[in-house]
Amino acid sequence: MNGPHDMGGRMGFGPVLPEPDEPVFHAAWEARALALTLAAGALGLWTLDESRHARERLPWAVYLSAGYYEIWIRALEALLLRHGLVSAAELAGAVPRPSPAPPPLAAAQVAAALARGGPTARALAVPARFRPGQRVRARNLQPEGHCRLPGYVRGRIGRIEADHGGHVLADSNAHGLGEAPQRLYTVVFEGAELWGEGADPGLTVSVDAWESYLEPV
Amino acid sequence: MPHDHHDHAPDNDLDPMTARVRALETLLVAKGLVDPAALEAIIETYAERVGPQNGARVVARAWTDPGFAARLAEDAGAAVAEMGFGGRQGEHVQAVFNTDDTHNLVVCTLCSCYPWPLLGLPPVWYKSPPYRARAVRDPRGVLADFGLELPPGVRIRVWDSTAELRYLVVPQRPAGTEGWDAERLAALVGRDAMIGTALARAPGAA
Repeated sequence: MNGPHDMGGRMGFGPVLPEPDEPVFHAAWEARALALTLAAGALGLWTLDESRHARERLPWAVYLSAGYYEIWIRALEALLLRHGLVSAAELAGAVPRPSPAPPPLAAAQVAAALARGGPTARALAVPARFRPGQRVRARNLQPEGHCRLPGYVRGRIGRIEADHGGHVLADSNAHGLGEAPQRLYTVVFEGAELWGEGADPGLTVSVDAWESYLEPV
Repeated sequence: MPHDHHDHAPDNDLDPMTARVRALETLLVAKGLVDPAALEAIIETYAERVGPQNGARVVARAWTDPGFAARLAEDAGAAVAEMGFGGRQGEHVQAVFNTDDTHNLVVCTLCSCYPWPLLGLPPVWYKSPPYRARAVRDPRGVLADFGLELPPGVRIRVWDSTAELRYLVVPQRPAGTEGWDAERLAALVGRDAMIGTALARAPGAA
């Protein structure tokens, strides 16, 4: 979706502000927000792709003004509502009522769950459509749903640098439509192809793009 | 029972996000959806155990062990697994090596993808609109925000983490470190050097 998250190349946000000796968390609630997001995700009712889509679907004004853990918490509330784990009344303070759900992640399971993660590589039976070195165009994809093709490469010509084999297709997985794995490629674009005459000389930018994001040139 | 809570402000005095997250946690615990002990274990993992010291050990080993460096270049996931690193947000890892003529810089323009097992949780600036917007278009300007000026002849390669590959920049080994062991070298490898917004520290630099 053409949401507020798709920031590559946008102007006017001002300088990057590095913070010397930055703490891991800037407030206690940020640590709770991280832990709640991971623990609720471990219930297994939604995928990481669905979580990302819930974040990018927040209203523009919210997305651009909230800190990242606030974005996470607002998205987590949306996911809990969508999957029937909490009600709007409960979020507003009503007495909690039981909801059918898998058992919670136990403390003893945390280390193993984090070590396992969520690998997305999948075996594919179909041959690669593109080969390293080949020129390709990023398609002009503008779906309403989740998509991991950044707007700044749409319609631009790049070169396949690497073939990473099959990976779960985020566009499908985010909407509960299955993993639909496709081949994933690293595609490199010249700076001038993306940004025109003023581009930094010698700049190259790569994205990781699923096969259906690309077309032959 | 006010005496049980004498050291806490009433909820209506909390800042909005503290109140919002506390209310959500209270609700999820009451419904049995999360276990408070698991929350503590998650926080402890990322506050205490997983951080850029992991990536620094990988880089320092690559500087001192050519066989490891070759394996890191070929299959970074397997190479860092030799050192016990892997898992969430580091399921698929690629190491990208700075050279005399190419400097690598990592960004996630679409969200905040970052190699957690090697670098811990991302800093605020990495997740912020200024960095996500400008790293792909004006990386030299972004590096200037960090006080880093590369020679004009050095090309910049930006890696936008748009899928589940997570990138680790392997900075160049600083001059004047001949004969140093990996442990000593790791102290020169800061988090930002492994994102690409800094170089490895020179010996004797603060």
